[in-house]
Amino acid sequence: MSLKLNYQLMNSDEVTSTLNRLADEILKANDDRPVVLIGIQRRGVPMARRIAAQLAGKTHREPRIGTLDINLYRDDLTRVAFQPVVQKTEVPPNIDDRDVVLVDDVLYTGRTVRAALDALCDFGRMRSIQLAVMIDRGHRELPIEANFIGKKIPTKDNEVVEVKLREIDGEDAIYVMEKI
Amino acid sequence: MLKRKDLLGIEDLSRDEILEILDTAESFQEVSTRPIKKVPTLRGKTIINLFFEASTRTRTSFEIAGKRLSADVVNISSSTSSVSKGETLIDTARTLDAMAADCVVIRHSAAGAPHTLARLTKASIVNGGDGAHEHPTQALLDACTIRQRKGRLNDLKVAIIGDVAHSRVARSNTHLLTKFGSHVWLCGAPTLMPIGIEKIVCENGEFLHLTNSMDEAVQDADVVMMLRVQFERMSESFFPSVREYFRYYGLTSDRAARAKPDVIIMHPGPMNRGVEIATDVADGPYSVIFDQVSAGVAVRMAILYLLVGG
Repeated sequence: MSLKLNYQLMNSDEVTSTLNRLADEILKANDDRPVVLIGIQRRGVPMARRIAAQLAGKTHREPRIGTLDINLYRDDLTRVAFQPVVQKTEVPPNIDDRDVVLVDDVLYTGRTVRAALDALCDFGRMRSIQLAVMIDRGHRELPIEANFIGKKIPTKDNEVVEVKLREIDGEDAIYVMEKI
Repeated sequence: MLKRKDLLGIEDLSRDEILEILDTAESFQEVSTRPIKKVPTLRGKTIINLFFEASTRTRTSFEIAGKRLSADVVNISSSTSSVSKGETLIDTARTLDAMAADCVVIRHSAAGAPHTLARLTKASIVNGGDGAHEHPTQALLDACTIRQRKGRLNDLKVAIIGDVAHSRVARSNTHLLTKFGSHVWLCGAPTLMPIGIEKIVCENGEFLHLTNSMDEAVQDADVVMMLRVQFERMSESFFPSVREYFRYYGLTSDRAARAKPDVIIMHPGPMNRGVEIATDVADGPYSVIFDQVSAGVAVRMAILYLLVGG
């Protein structure tokens, strides 16, 4: 399978302004209370860091951040041919009774978020768990919705939404690709 | 990715495969620090610990690793199994396979026993130590500890000292460390150096050094790994007395001072204090002996995940 570019959804400036808007919405929805940001590996991690920096600038308070690898909680491990690489999980201590915002790049079937919720619940009982995503592309297979959405777009099954972030990919951009 | 059914030895692993196991192990170390030390990854998988030799640390470590991944772990030791009733290893293996075990961890006094099993079973076989041949998970956990302390696995001087003749730990570590381009110095009394040892690492032979002088082995070493004197494997006398052995091949703080200032001291356990290692060294600031035990759980979780996860 290879991918061909369908169209570019966002450029670098649009990625930045979308992340800033997500930060604003998170702040407003939580009545300026501190939140713990948890980025889902891999691109949720730099997204969480950038949102955290934005929140710190507005509230003069560094939000606590963490990273979560959901591979140990996947529901399709017995179906994949080879085990996915397990990345680091670092959840800050004592997140009981805190408001936690999960951060991921693309919301699609909802299965990643389901796994992330299971993983988070092993770290304690949070006051709330919210979800922030860059792109909601539809096609949910589980009853899961995001609280904060950068952009909602209709997609076809054979399309792939690629979020590129400079920390990992060297550029900020979002592309919609097509499997051929 | 690790595309294998079994983990039988270090000798036939590539550097990439070793690094993959070590990277995965580092990610798994976090699980053991959680308030709830368990992930659901291997739910519904069955792991059987089949131990024909005494073991506390390896068996417990595999058991904890399996349980932290939510697998069902069953322990079989030879004294309580049908082996004591005369069943052959091959029939035992087929029986376990018929019970649909996903993974069998085997320790056996005969070199090659895990390989025999691996050919006969659908289950993944992990070598938990076979005779004086290999102990791959020990070498991997040692490598994990060394990499975390030294930041690399290449260009190190590693002295492995003691009962080399009876040591599968020495063999597996020699294979692993020479593959990465570290210099391994095997050192022991002439009676405890196996004949033909230099032939075990043909591929990277230039990294293997042999000596009977402990001072030479320890000089400027980055890592000093002491081996247990395996009295249980000795059918005859290999040295005159324990006191004399300690005098020539025991690690004292005076001897350790010859190594690099940031040396780490390792021991696969169980230790014979006052035989191969002095108590003040075992409990001293350079000792990473208990870090090795922690790394062991993470490395075994990584191996079980990579072999049985899919």
